[in-house]
Amino acid sequence: MSEGQEVTAEEQQPLVVQKVQEQYPDAILDVSDARGELTITVRKEGIYELMAFLKSDSELAYNFLADVTAVDYSLMEDVLMKHDYARFTVVYHLLSTERKERLRVKVPVHEKELSIPSMASIWKVANWLERETYDMFGITFDAHPDLRRILMPDDYEGYPLRKDYPLRGRGERETFNFEEQNV
Amino acid sequence: MQKDPNRVPGEPMTLNFGPQHPATHGTLRIVVELDGETVVKATPHLGYLHTGFEKLGEHHDYNQYIVVTDRMNYLSPLSNNFGYVLAVEKLLDIQVPERCEYVRVILAELSRIADHMVWLGMGALDLGAFTVMLYGFEEREKLYSIFEKTTGARLTTSYTRVGGLLRDIYDGFEEDVRMFLSTFPKTLKEVHTLLTRNRIWMDRTKDVGVVSAEDAIDYGFTGPCLRASGVDWDLRKAEPYSYYEKFDFDVPVGANGDVYDRYLVRMEEMIQSGRIIQQALDNLPDGPVNVDDYKISLPTKEDAYGNIEGLIHHFKIIMDGHGVQPPAGEVYCATESPNGELGFYIVSDGSGKAYRIRIRPPSFIHFQALPHMIEGGMVADIVAVLGSLNIIAGELDR
Repeated sequence: MSEGQEVTAEEQQPLVVQKVQEQYPDAILDVSDARGELTITVRKEGIYELMAFLKSDSELAYNFLADVTAVDYSLMEDVLMKHDYARFTVVYHLLSTERKERLRVKVPVHEKELSIPSMASIWKVANWLERETYDMFGITFDAHPDLRRILMPDDYEGYPLRKDYPLRGRGERETFNFEEQNV
Repeated sequence: MQKDPNRVPGEPMTLNFGPQHPATHGTLRIVVELDGETVVKATPHLGYLHTGFEKLGEHHDYNQYIVVTDRMNYLSPLSNNFGYVLAVEKLLDIQVPERCEYVRVILAELSRIADHMVWLGMGALDLGAFTVMLYGFEEREKLYSIFEKTTGARLTTSYTRVGGLLRDIYDGFEEDVRMFLSTFPKTLKEVHTLLTRNRIWMDRTKDVGVVSAEDAIDYGFTGPCLRASGVDWDLRKAEPYSYYEKFDFDVPVGANGDVYDRYLVRMEEMIQSGRIIQQALDNLPDGPVNVDDYKISLPTKEDAYGNIEGLIHHFKIIMDGHGVQPPAGEVYCATESPNGELGFYIVSDGSGKAYRIRIRPPSFIHFQALPHMIEGGMVADIVAVLGSLNIIAGELDR
């Protein structure tokens, strides 16, 4: 990310970055450590294997998936430029209850191929969190067990948390059927 | 699920539990498929109270959004206020005065007691113990009187501000809280005598809705629900914030992960919260409650009326685009709310409004595990399990 100092010297790299680079040399796009929060931005390709590795590796042991969400960066030009104009970024917040360490994994996703592998088979909690992300942003999760809308009605059109979706909704009031009362 | 060989197979029945049901504690719906009285399949439906809180965050400035946080977990709004401003302060990289942190901790712990008291009362009421509900609500009423005197509101408290508080605590706050602390353990003791060894209560709650420690972590459980499953994890201990490391308190941990353990863990947590409040009151430092920076916190009335800088800041901080403007960046800040890990993920583009606010709601995540907990059990256990999770629909749907 743009903020914070980037860790450059090889020996200063946090353990997780070292291990991921060893295992998946091309995966990491960016590392930042701002406000004491370690963030790695990784490629979408091979993300499922990488997340499974983060959980299963005995030294890293990110056993707890705290949150899954997405950010629509379409109004933040500097971030867009950095990630090859990928409009969305899926954000995972991981936690290792053993080491008491958190890790943020960010995955840029292009609008033309708006899908990412589902993590529901690694962490059960991912199921609904991914459904909500799908509901709000329209990002589909491949191999998800039950990808339906969760907060919005099933027949709802549009994705409310996208930046091009207006705050007051789109057309709901105009199409609402009022019954005329004959007094 | 064990099949009874003598049972005559019948048609499965679909039962619609909610959206309006006295035991759903808010508007949520579960479609259950029943075979006799056994739950075969449960499908939760939610979104009835979806209000677009995350979208609103992109259109409110940082201090305006505090009002929205009241409406998430409406049993303990002060905890939400607290968690949210901590996230913004982390984004701004500021440290609030010590007195402010202590007052926040006292109020967060008081609201934990209030939350657990309502949970206790409603959970017991769902299982037929009416008296406990009255006891729980009486204690909450005392707390709400304190909240009302402190914040001006019983429910929509909006007490915290970025970089401080709405105002300092009132004279006599300490006495009121100490008074409460001296009386509420007595109520808990009475509840213990009513429920803890009560045959009916134990039959209804023991080995019901069991979640193993591995499943609890896999399902993202936090707070009392995780600890009831035997995982010693409390953010106040694991990642201390707001001087929690200075307080001496224990984290109760259950063993079986059933409804009964969740009850016991919450009962003990109230006692431990009392200990924290006692220590915080004993060591409550003097001094201001707001940061000494008029770019973040409103000037005092003397400054606003007394000098030109104060007056200018007084207006600028409220004006759109001139108020609190954190640097570009992102932050995830998690606090131990009464229900579990309440996380705020804020992305800032450097303007006065957040670019994106994401709330990690404990209720939403706990509710996901409900089918896992009730499938194979009896239909009457749905109410017991649902009550024990303390699903708050405002936070569930946001």
